[in-house]
Amino acid sequence: MSTFLGMPTARGGPAARGASDPDAAPDTLAGVGRPDDPLHWGASFPDAARAALDNGQLRRNLGNATRTIRTKRARVVGEVPDWEALRDAGSALKTDVMARLPELLEELERNVTARGGVVHWARDAAEANRIVADLVRAKETDEVVKVKSMATQEIGLNEALAEEGIAAVETDLAELIVQLADDMPSHILVPAIHRNRTEIRDIFLERMADAPPDLTDVPRELAMAARAHLRRKFLSAKVAISGANFAVADTGTLAVVESEGNGRMCLTLPETLITVMGIEKLVPTFDDLEVFLQLLPRSSTGERMNPYTSMWTGVTPGDGPQEFHLVLLDNGRTKVLADEVGRAALHCIRCSACLNVCPVYERVGGHAYGSVYPGPIGAILTPQLTGSTSDLPYASTLCGACYEVCPVKIDIPSILVELRAREVELGDASPDAADRVWQAAMKAASFAMADGGRFRRAARVPRLLRAISRNGVIRRLPFPGSLWTRSRDLMEPPRQTFRDWWAGREDRR
Amino acid sequence: MRIALAATCIADAMFPQAPRAVVTLLERLGHEVVFPPTQACCGQMHVNTGYLADAVPVVGNHVRTFAPVADGEWDAVVVPSGSCTGSIRHQQRMVLERAGLDAEARTATAVAERTYELSELLVDVLGVTDVGAWFPHRVTYHPTCHSLRMLGVGDKPERLLRAVEGLELVPLEQAEGCCGFGGTFSLKNADTSAAMLDDKVATVVDTGAEVLTAGDWSCLMHIGGGLSRDGTGVRPMHLAEILASTRESPSVPGAPADGPSAHREAAR
Repeated sequence: MSTFLGMPTARGGPAARGASDPDAAPDTLAGVGRPDDPLHWGASFPDAARAALDNGQLRRNLGNATRTIRTKRARVVGEVPDWEALRDAGSALKTDVMARLPELLEELERNVTARGGVVHWARDAAEANRIVADLVRAKETDEVVKVKSMATQEIGLNEALAEEGIAAVETDLAELIVQLADDMPSHILVPAIHRNRTEIRDIFLERMADAPPDLTDVPRELAMAARAHLRRKFLSAKVAISGANFAVADTGTLAVVESEGNGRMCLTLPETLITVMGIEKLVPTFDDLEVFLQLLPRSSTGERMNPYTSMWTGVTPGDGPQEFHLVLLDNGRTKVLADEVGRAALHCIRCSACLNVCPVYERVGGHAYGSVYPGPIGAILTPQLTGSTSDLPYASTLCGACYEVCPVKIDIPSILVELRAREVELGDASPDAADRVWQAAMKAASFAMADGGRFRRAARVPRLLRAISRNGVIRRLPFPGSLWTRSRDLMEPPRQTFRDWWAGREDRR
Repeated sequence: MRIALAATCIADAMFPQAPRAVVTLLERLGHEVVFPPTQACCGQMHVNTGYLADAVPVVGNHVRTFAPVADGEWDAVVVPSGSCTGSIRHQQRMVLERAGLDAEARTATAVAERTYELSELLVDVLGVTDVGAWFPHRVTYHPTCHSLRMLGVGDKPERLLRAVEGLELVPLEQAEGCCGFGGTFSLKNADTSAAMLDDKVATVVDTGAEVLTAGDWSCLMHIGGGLSRDGTGVRPMHLAEILASTRESPSVPGAPADGPSAHREAAR
């Protein structure tokens, strides 16, 4: 067997097929821009969500895409008889890793070093970016190829390298689309899920210098155009940068799973490989991979197995990169680890199953979360990593669909409630106007609802609304009731509460 | 059995037809129903909004009220709500422990172990699926998130509905999708909540059902409010109201909550 490493042919299919809308305004291609802080950008969640909801096309695209992945996932998970046992095993392994992370990290460092790799420790984004930039500059190159990586998105590595005059080329198809459009990813697995194929065609034509001028929006043509563009990069790059899905402490092995083969190219062709990895990505032993390599693809892409699994251990003379650097990234993780309740968020293996089942994510998309980590996992991870006040813990109905599908059983709803409690405590310390309204309402409700006698009287109050009801419903209420009646009627309260009826019934006996 | 009823604050104040139907139903099945009058609320709203300190007295009152079930005074506590049962089972202990009230937390656990959502009580504890009900209407069922995922009621509500004489149960597309209520979520993220509601209303209308039922009046208040706003004519009714309905004393879709045609006590 041999791997084809020459230049693929980019052209395919008749050019007229699927011709684009000539009226499409080019400025709609522009993405949201690259923010200063990839973990905290944009408007508040409710405001950003409102803007996204107004985009009917986006809602249809997201609805179709998430429904398709959900269905695929459910099918391949359903065929595994011991799926729940696998989830338990994944959860137990991650709990164990978190319990002895310092010793496992040092074990990993020893084994990577023994096999010819170099380990670097980075406290935060700035340190990690500095380490990578220095390593690239030492190789005297101004272009690097990249494997899709959430850790490098989180630290804004591409922008940091650009400031040093180094171009980082994303080679995952969807990441390439996002990068070309000066956009941000909106999904952990499918970063360009918010784009449709016509937009992608337009982005390629406008932003990818070697795109065929008669490119159509047929998916195969788009993929072939990107393939030709990227092949040139793979063959010329001296340095590649990757993330890691797993690192095995007892062997020093790193693993990347992917679908397109771009990762394999990056991990094998260049002379130097730099891997940036969050410190939570460890597994204790090589055998533990058997659990995660079953859990991840089924949860993530809805496949029984991902097409490419690349593993490497240090440096192998004469085979693959001859220089390997591993950058271990903290960037807030030890702070999360110190938190008894919140630390379970570090168990995440970035499968994105929780995004695909989340009814909120499905409606508003990823950008509304203002973080490279959107959806339910983002709502518990982002505020903990940044340590700052956030409205993300409230971006959920607590419906529990995320917990149900999580391959490592992270109880996301419970952590959301815990983080809400912390937001309330922060609000108590320095309340704004909205905090004061909520505080007063909750205090009053607590008083009324902590005693049967007080509640008997309080429960009679809603009946006053009967004065403004028509045909059994109330169609309009003043603020804050308007938040409800803007979109739905309120049913007319009863003349008699249940407990008053019960008391009367007891009296009649 | 001697069964204590936790009516839930929202049904007590806004939808008394549901706990009244529970009384009718359980008495028809030969059980004694008790309503401990010191009860008010399980604390779920405070907990899920993050006001854990304000939740403590509310949760404490619930646990004190229903503590006798742990001593055998009653055989079980029944709640006509999946989300309140979920909060009682999965949150009350945490709230009390966090406040350092360990003895109360232990009592909360003991109460929770004897607390059941209506379909759980009927199917698991009382062992009945045919409750002798008659309800000649076309009905679709929305499995509420907490009954489905926090409690795992599975198909118990549907088994109960299928055994109702005259009832035609029609399936709901995307049934397991959240309706967007989420308690204070519907106010804090009103637009997203409304978008979710739109989709739920559309799937309910597509069924051609006359009645939408569920085990939670909170979700029914939300979806029902959307069904009413859109003038769909589909009526929300709690599972208990359907199961309480008989030829002699039928529940009528769209009847006022406490009007003459709402569900009354069984003739005694």
